Amino acid sequence: MTIFALIIINKAGGLIYNKTFHEGGLNKISTNDYLVLAGTFHGVHAITTRLNPVKNFPAADRASASTAVAGGPGMLTRPEPSSGLEVLESENFRLQCFNTMTGTKFLLFTDTTQANVDVTIRRIYEMYADYVMKNPFYQLEMPVRCDMFDRKLSSYIREINNR
Amino acid sequence: MAHLATGKPVGGSKEQSGGGLRYPTNGKTIYHRPLNRSKTSELSQASFAYLFSEMISYAQKRVTGIQDLEKRLNLQGHPIGLKLLDLLLIREPARTQARPLNIIALLHFIKINIWQHLFGRQADRLEKSSNPDTPDEYMIIDNEPLVNAYVSVPREMSQLNCAAFVAGIIEGVCDGAAFPARVTAHSVGGKEEGEMWPGKTVFLVKFQPEVLEREALIGKG
Repeated sequence: MTIFALIIINKAGGLIYNKTFHEGGLNKISTNDYLVLAGTFHGVHAITTRLNPVKNFPAADRASASTAVAGGPGMLTRPEPSSGLEVLESENFRLQCFNTMTGTKFLLFTDTTQANVDVTIRRIYEMYADYVMKNPFYQLEMPVRCDMFDRKLSSYIREINNR
Repeated sequence: MAHLATGKPVGGSKEQSGGGLRYPTNGKTIYHRPLNRSKTSELSQASFAYLFSEMISYAQKRVTGIQDLEKRLNLQGHPIGLKLLDLLLIREPARTQARPLNIIALLHFIKINIWQHLFGRQADRLEKSSNPDTPDEYMIIDNEPLVNAYVSVPREMSQLNCAAFVAGIIEGVCDGAAFPARVTAHSVGGKEEGEMWPGKTVFLVKFQPEVLEREALIGKG
């Protein structure tokens, strides 16, 4: 059970972070290829989101639900948007995607037998929220260069990989 | 603003005279509260982190260099230190309410009381400069300053330490206690890989010459 790599894609489909944790897990590809991978995944994800039809609420239901639940007009209960592509699996690795509310995507490459990937990825999101978003020197949507984030992430992944 | 006030009938202010301080309807402002009321209350580190982050971004837009930025942060901390000295002394038991009267007592007060109040723990070490040329320099050492918990300084600004804000607070305390000093924050950790305290910070307290002169006179008498 190993975690191979992490990629973070911003909401415009640009690669803002990539890090490999385990030597020999994945073949090395160039930075340019990583950028293409990020952009392509972003596009495919957008299409898969639209592919899956959102279930329609009956109109009468919606009206009564909105008055009962939200307690006022203008607060329609909306169905959850479909999540789009979540997991991509090959013979040798598994790619799990976590899409945040703001459209940032976390892509984690793991061994096919890795368990609790969703917990791991949430913890990484938490670290991102702490050490990237609370860092005064980070510019939104730009590549992540935060020592503190690197350090915490590496030690967390090392702990998991050594388990 | 008007429609907001109608939406929230409770706790809204009566005076809509626009701008300036607004008072709660029951007339009780923060100044009416007993000083000890918030003695043990805590607040969210996340909200502080966002606020501090905005303070730095705000300051950064208005400065030309790193020293300028540190100076600005220092100035933002200074009034806090001045007020904190009085507040914490008032909260002391009656017989120890006097302000610290010598350098060592003052530094201990900062290391223990100020740190405990601000960060919930004491500072890690207190040192006197071992250099005979600078007997006026003292060092307060914090292994991981709370204000820097989420701050990663970019490589091109490596001399910057955002704990300059805390240095400003310390300076305010020293000035308020009539021990005028210059306080600066310096990063000393992170030189080598895998170090225990990468964010280790030294607050260098440099007292004005008249403080040492007075200290020497007191020592004789």
